[in-house]
Amino acid sequence: MVSAQKDTIRVLVAKPGLDGHDRGAKIIARALRDAGMEVIYTGIRQTPEMIVTAAVQEDVDVVGLSILSGAHLELFPLIVDGLKKKGKDDAVVLAGGIIPEEDFARLKAMGIQGVFGPGSSTQDIIEFIKKTVGAKKGK
Amino acid sequence: MTTPRKTKQQWREKSYEPSIKKVPERQKSFKSNSSYDIDVLYTPEDVSAVDYDRDLGYPGEYPYTRGVQPNMYRGRLWTMRQYAGFASAEESNQRYRYLLAQGQTGLSVAFDLPTQTGYDSDHEMSRGEVGKVGVPICSLADMEVLFKEIPLDKVTTSMTINATAPILLALYIAVAKKQGVSSEKLGGTIQNDILKEYIARGTYIFPAKPSLRLITDIFKYCGDQVPQWNTISISGYHMREAGATAAQEVAFTLSNAISYVNAALEAGLQIDDFAPRLSFFFVSQNNFFEEVAKFRAARRMWAKIMRERFKAQNPKSWQLRFHTQTAGVSLTAQQVENNIVRTTVQALAAVLGGTQSLHTNSMDEALSLPTDKAVTIALRTQQILAYENAVADTVDPMAGSYYVESLTTTIEEKANAYLKTIDDMGGSLAAIERGFVQREIQEAAYQYQRQVEKGDATIVGVNKFTSDKAETHNIMRIDESSAKRQLARLAEVKKKRDPNAVRHSLKRVEEVAHSKDNTMPVIIEAVENYVTLGEICDTLRKTWGTYKEAIVF
Repeated sequence: MVSAQKDTIRVLVAKPGLDGHDRGAKIIARALRDAGMEVIYTGIRQTPEMIVTAAVQEDVDVVGLSILSGAHLELFPLIVDGLKKKGKDDAVVLAGGIIPEEDFARLKAMGIQGVFGPGSSTQDIIEFIKKTVGAKKGK
Repeated sequence: MTTPRKTKQQWREKSYEPSIKKVPERQKSFKSNSSYDIDVLYTPEDVSAVDYDRDLGYPGEYPYTRGVQPNMYRGRLWTMRQYAGFASAEESNQRYRYLLAQGQTGLSVAFDLPTQTGYDSDHEMSRGEVGKVGVPICSLADMEVLFKEIPLDKVTTSMTINATAPILLALYIAVAKKQGVSSEKLGGTIQNDILKEYIARGTYIFPAKPSLRLITDIFKYCGDQVPQWNTISISGYHMREAGATAAQEVAFTLSNAISYVNAALEAGLQIDDFAPRLSFFFVSQNNFFEEVAKFRAARRMWAKIMRERFKAQNPKSWQLRFHTQTAGVSLTAQQVENNIVRTTVQALAAVLGGTQSLHTNSMDEALSLPTDKAVTIALRTQQILAYENAVADTVDPMAGSYYVESLTTTIEEKANAYLKTIDDMGGSLAAIERGFVQREIQEAAYQYQRQVEKGDATIVGVNKFTSDKAETHNIMRIDESSAKRQLARLAEVKKKRDPNAVRHSLKRVEEVAHSKDNTMPVIIEAVENYVTLGEICDTLRKTWGTYKEAIVF
């Protein structure tokens, strides 16, 4: 038997690094919540270690990372590796912010499953999460 | 102009309504950015309550709706001030000298996030961020390189710095002294606006009380020692970028400004001693007419607030002088060249709104920091407006437009309603601590996002007129060797400086933080002894603690 609670997708929206641009992160957090997901938003200025700990503690299905300062290539690997080390690599990691398209391939290679740059629609992100997490949960 | 014989209502019935029965309008309703209805037509009836002498006046005269100078740009054009800074002090210094050589008339320094949030480049929190969004400054040694061969008595410098503003101002004063320039000769601006950091921009460090004290310490210190310095740039820009409407931008900016004035009065300052050095910073967004009206409304409101509410006597205290930047959030990562057009129209609104200085965004800033080419085009945009389009040849040319005057009044009314709500809550700080301001902004941001996704709001190249053609871009990358060079210089400074002087300075910083004395002289002494920004901030964090944000989403 699967309870309704267990079906609810749990998402951690996190802001690694020092930039305070959280308009996008908050819009996404709210859109995911409106789509029926359980959303935890960390607030700004989180270290990779803090984000990994929160993902483990909250046992989330998805970690959504938002960064606009250009520090993504330095900070994202620390989070992905941290999740692996803590055995939390079942979480789907997504990224957004000011990320040039030419970096998308590198981010995907390091294990970030979806990258959503400027102009992305929240609907696309919701569908992506439902599809990806749904497939995992179905296993 | 004579009064029309027919009323607007008569025209509606006779001509307008039959016409739209035959051909319906392309939208059910037309809304401004501040979500009030835009009428099909504006006539003398819409501005019948406007009293020229009371509401507009002449430029250079109260209530300054038409501008703060009598002849505006016929005397001196607005200052063309491109915000720049990246990688390291060396590279940023080169960019400044390049911009000055291209005819830019003032500097605007972007600092990296560790500098803005009080960490040295070698701190754990600085990982990945050194030199990314601006120049890293840890000590006087970095500042000496940053302003090498730039005469600080000849250029004015704007520094976007808030929580660490006292330290950067101290460093600027110290580096000028090394150039032989005394502080009375220095001109420029520090942003120094912590309340909007709590609301939107996020580079706060300390709790509200000590933060406001640092700000009023600067007001006082500059009043005595750096008289030509703009001690604060009270900013609507970031709140608007975070989602606020035009009316909210004006309201929240002015309510923050009122809080700073109150804080200074409580600290024992006299209104006319500091108010002339207060300056403002707004965005220029896409909604062209509403933006022009917004600038005019803000000027009128501030003049009334200062004269009527605070009883300022010096006309300079009544004048709202402001910097404008075009809207970063309006830039698209798709079809980036279109951003040049967006920026041009936004820049025109700022000029017609009477801005004192302007930053035009570069077309590629939705992708990364701008490339040289994109920055040059952005500066050229201002120069074309200034020199080719004759938009600066008469004062406040939009005045008297039924529409613009009506919008100016509407923005003022909407913003005044917010000011009253915030006053009733106990002022800006109380409204921020309750999350009121943040919630208002987020609600507006979320509604706009929904409009875009439903197609009710159009973004060319994003949700309409899209292109499948792959785009290639030259992207500005920060070379990793810059951060290494920065870390090496920091290590060298720490090795070479006098450890006793450093210890003594930090002890003095701690003492002054506990006292009621002005912090500025002690901070200047510390930076002159090559104490780092991170060390000063660590000491203050230990004494005052840090700000805890109420997370609202």
